[in-house]
Amino acid sequence: MSLHELYQEIILDHGKNPRNFGELEPYTHEAEGFNPLCGDQIRLLVRVNQGKIEDLKFSGRGCAISTASASMMTQLVKGKTVEDAVALVEKFRRSMTEEGTEADMGELGCLSGVKQYPNRVKCATLAWHALKSAVTTGEKVTTE
Amino acid sequence: MEPGTLDVSSTRSEFPALHQSVAGSPLTYLDNSATTQRPQSVLDAVNAFYSHDNANVHRGDHQLSQRATEAYENARKTLAAWLNATPEEVVFTKGCTEALNLVAAAWGGTNLRPGDTVLVSTMEHHSNLVPWQQIAGLTGAAVEPIPVSDSIELDLEALKSRLAKGDVRAVAVKAVCNVGGTINPVAEVARLAHAHGAVVVVDAAQALAHEQVDVQAWDADFVALTAHKAYGPMGIGALYGKSSLLAAMPPYQTGGGMVRGVSFEKTNFADPPERFEAGTPNVAGAIGFAEAVRFLQKVGVENAARHETCLARRAEELLEEVPGLKVYGKAQHKAGIVSFTLDAAHPHDVGTVLNEYGVAVRTGHHCCMPLMKRLGIAATTRASFACYNNDEDVERLVQAVHKAKELFS
Repeated sequence: MSLHELYQEIILDHGKNPRNFGELEPYTHEAEGFNPLCGDQIRLLVRVNQGKIEDLKFSGRGCAISTASASMMTQLVKGKTVEDAVALVEKFRRSMTEEGTEADMGELGCLSGVKQYPNRVKCATLAWHALKSAVTTGEKVTTE
Repeated sequence: MEPGTLDVSSTRSEFPALHQSVAGSPLTYLDNSATTQRPQSVLDAVNAFYSHDNANVHRGDHQLSQRATEAYENARKTLAAWLNATPEEVVFTKGCTEALNLVAAAWGGTNLRPGDTVLVSTMEHHSNLVPWQQIAGLTGAAVEPIPVSDSIELDLEALKSRLAKGDVRAVAVKAVCNVGGTINPVAEVARLAHAHGAVVVVDAAQALAHEQVDVQAWDADFVALTAHKAYGPMGIGALYGKSSLLAAMPPYQTGGGMVRGVSFEKTNFADPPERFEAGTPNVAGAIGFAEAVRFLQKVGVENAARHETCLARRAEELLEEVPGLKVYGKAQHKAGIVSFTLDAAHPHDVGTVLNEYGVAVRTGHHCCMPLMKRLGIAATTRASFACYNNDEDVERLVQAVHKAKELFS
């Protein structure tokens, strides 16, 4: 495993120039992801409309792996139904933790090198856990 | 050999774990503040106990038990002498964390009241903060931070004025900062605290291998120690406590080995240190700890400290030439620790790249989240030096950091 297999161009690119980074207004769902190993935090804001993820954005600070993974995730789930997004979260989680599950991950396959670095798997899955938490339990509480 | 010099290559040869490759490069072990490697003498001492003298301590009439008991108590004597304490003042624990929990629970639990305050430095490791928060919650006392400067130095003026309010019962401070390397003025803190009737609880985890810990010179009330950051085994540490304080404290844990007599009506507890050592102790660990002390005696802890500080200063100078690199911890008195951030790369990524060049460092918040918040960062990369590190280690560290910089720029 070389460094360039782990830090592929696409990961470095998303890490330096994350897509869908920033604040979202209005949003319907939110969640915070926290990695206690390094203190990294991300905040995810999601706008769900009629069961579909209409838009989402993330903010916070993290390593190249967590930022790239979050960035790619936002691109992939935008426009998907909540159900499909949650299924993709589960599929990605399995691809990071179980052998032989990374083959059909499409462009997320570039993150498969992370599996060789067990202490970095949490970085890759941070945003994904936050997404699942946002859309399943993170409905925005309004006082209006 | 001349006094004051350290034969690094001979010292290195005593550490079997250093002689290996990682990712095709020679291991450059710079994670010594997390744990050092152990010399062969320590490994042999632990192995010899299990191979020849293995038995439970105390109350055994058979010869092995007597040998084990003698070795265990001799280990306590060796450690006590090294710390300038008496054996009765040295309680074996599983490490610093347990020692600090013991003080917070047994001393704090009986001495803290609503309206009392425990001052904890902002640079404290979670292990000298969280136990105080817990006991404060139970006793109604408050925990307040002692501020630190941008260079990670204690604000002694703030400490003085806070002590003057008269409600401070304990001051928790570490001897050496595991993030920025600051060597804190423990004796001065103790003098100030004592003038206001407060006890001083010192986390000496990072100090033991890097300075002559002298509990009398510090005039500390409690000192928490661990062996594995000073060439000894994991799972063994000690609490030094002034005998008058220990004598007045209730047990921390209860069970076998710490009682004088037990009936269903009442239990009489043993005197310190046994009162605080419930259950079968880590005898092999204590023996290994004593052997580590003999190793420190042999290399000369002051020689080691000078060598480590010299390497760390060199590393710091070279690292600061890397554009976008910032060193955290610019205290005037500093041990052999260099913590830094690199604008282009997160510490986790730096750590992963360094590992690919065989360089072992630690990345993250180093169990000092309040300090990270004070510094406005989430994490650093930390290189920490030990007596066996050499100039090549510094070169390999710096080269690997340059590689990380290139990759992420």
